Amino acid sequence: MNKVKQFKNIIITKPQKLDCGKEISNFPISYETYGNLNEKKDNAILVFHALTGDQFASGKNPITNKDGWWSYALGSGKAIDTEKFFVICANVIGGCMGSYGPSTIDEKTGKPIGTNFPVITINDMVNAQYNLLEHFKIDKLFAVIGGSMGGMQVLQFVSNFPDKAHIAIPIACTSSHSAQNIAFNELGRQAILADTNWKNGLYEQNKTSPDKGLAVARMAAHITYLSKKGLQEKFGRKLQERDDLKFSFDADFQIESYLRYQGSVFVDRFDANSYLYITRAMDYFDLSKQFNGNLSAAFSNTTSKFFVISFTSDWLYPTAENREIVIALNAIGVDVGFVEIESDKGHDSFLLDVPDFLDTLGNYLKTNFKTVNEKRI
Amino acid sequence: MKKEFKLISELILQNSKVLDVGCGDGELMKYLKDNKTSKIRGLEISKNKVQNCLSKGLTVIEGNAENDLQQFPNNSFDFVILSQTLQAFLDPEKVISELLRVGKKAIVTIPNFGYWKVRLNLLIKGTMPVTENLPNEWYNTPNLHMCTLRDFFNFCSKREIKIFKSLALKNDKTLNLSAKNLAWRNLESQLGIFLIEK
Repeated sequence: MNKVKQFKNIIITKPQKLDCGKEISNFPISYETYGNLNEKKDNAILVFHALTGDQFASGKNPITNKDGWWSYALGSGKAIDTEKFFVICANVIGGCMGSYGPSTIDEKTGKPIGTNFPVITINDMVNAQYNLLEHFKIDKLFAVIGGSMGGMQVLQFVSNFPDKAHIAIPIACTSSHSAQNIAFNELGRQAILADTNWKNGLYEQNKTSPDKGLAVARMAAHITYLSKKGLQEKFGRKLQERDDLKFSFDADFQIESYLRYQGSVFVDRFDANSYLYITRAMDYFDLSKQFNGNLSAAFSNTTSKFFVISFTSDWLYPTAENREIVIALNAIGVDVGFVEIESDKGHDSFLLDVPDFLDTLGNYLKTNFKTVNEKRI
Repeated sequence: MKKEFKLISELILQNSKVLDVGCGDGELMKYLKDNKTSKIRGLEISKNKVQNCLSKGLTVIEGNAENDLQQFPNNSFDFVILSQTLQAFLDPEKVISELLRVGKKAIVTIPNFGYWKVRLNLLIKGTMPVTENLPNEWYNTPNLHMCTLRDFFNFCSKREIKIFKSLALKNDKTLNLSAKNLAWRNLESQLGIFLIEK
């Protein structure tokens, strides 16, 4: 977790009614931009991040000093080409990278809001980020794009604002969080709550940190982002810097060591309470329920053209769930393309170097940007 | 472009809604998009081909006609095209009925198993026919349900499907095709093109 930097942000002054009934106002949304907004302001793309992502989609992340989470896809000459497009990426509310969240300092008490932060939804996240369009005086985005929870935000965005994006690209996501999805999130939350250092969410005040719990949450989640085949090929039963089993509970296997490492680096950059709130928001996501069980109705006024992408080895948000979105769109004649990309890299495929995915995404954006511009002239 | 595609596009009305089932690399779709209508969609089973189509700006979904046509509502297209793939389905009868449910009209093209070279192959050599149009051996052909132009005529009359227009291709030469000249056309042509409606 970090209190180090002042992130680039806007303060949303006008009140926003949340799904839980509470109202928030004067709250920060931190964001980053990549590339330049052209004069006509028609080359803007809003990218939504996933559960543990942030606004640093590309370039160096100042907290981790590592490449941004979507460096493979986003940048100069990449699929989302910053020579051509102006890309905005904001930290979701509930997050811990400068946007309004449980680690935000409550001005009245001088302490983090913690579990007094309201339970938020994907809908709340999207409505908060919509303010960025007004901030940049963008009438219509060229595209909204996101994977995983970012894809859920894409779906919610086009449903809430049917004429605000030419193109919508939800990737490796679902329109409704499944029992299995909720179960894995609950496992992560329980790991955090079981850590005695969590202190009912008041760990800052108590000068503790539920690192163990958060690390276990991350380890469990990380397994769901990979495929069995990918894990087997990368790690198999290989031993970690030893010739034989040690008959102990040390990390004998490379996979154990790898997961422990993933857990340990995660706690340095992520807030445990944010993890609770954001996973809750994902669990509450059920777009068809918002429209009385009719997913098509969520898109009945849309003017966007859709491109749905899934991955063969993604068992967290499998192709069948992505296809449900396609079916709902086809049922009402919305322009929708769909492809399942072949990859062994599991749910994480959308973040990684998967050439078929990156090429298709890049070409799709390029061709459609040309078409949208021609239509306007 | 293939002569077959030219003939198909001539059957399609300007600005109509079109679905190309088994659109391949999108050659026909692209032509139709540039010349006839912007309201064109494709369905294709091969991932690589779908990726090519999407890269060209064509709206294509990955899927198989036997399972994935069901997501489209009744009469959601003016024309549904099925080019030379009917014989490759497990259940061609179901596919035809789905085409005619989803589309107001369907354009179906059929490689003719009644073509004289095919008949001669079997008659003289006594082996399953291998020709330019049907290049595979019996053990690796994707074609499960070959038929002749006459078979398709009979099928349509049995199922009460109206044939609006039918054409035959003989070495890239277009011939009119009707019940009257069927016996001869069924012998001399490699391909049949049918515009049908339920």
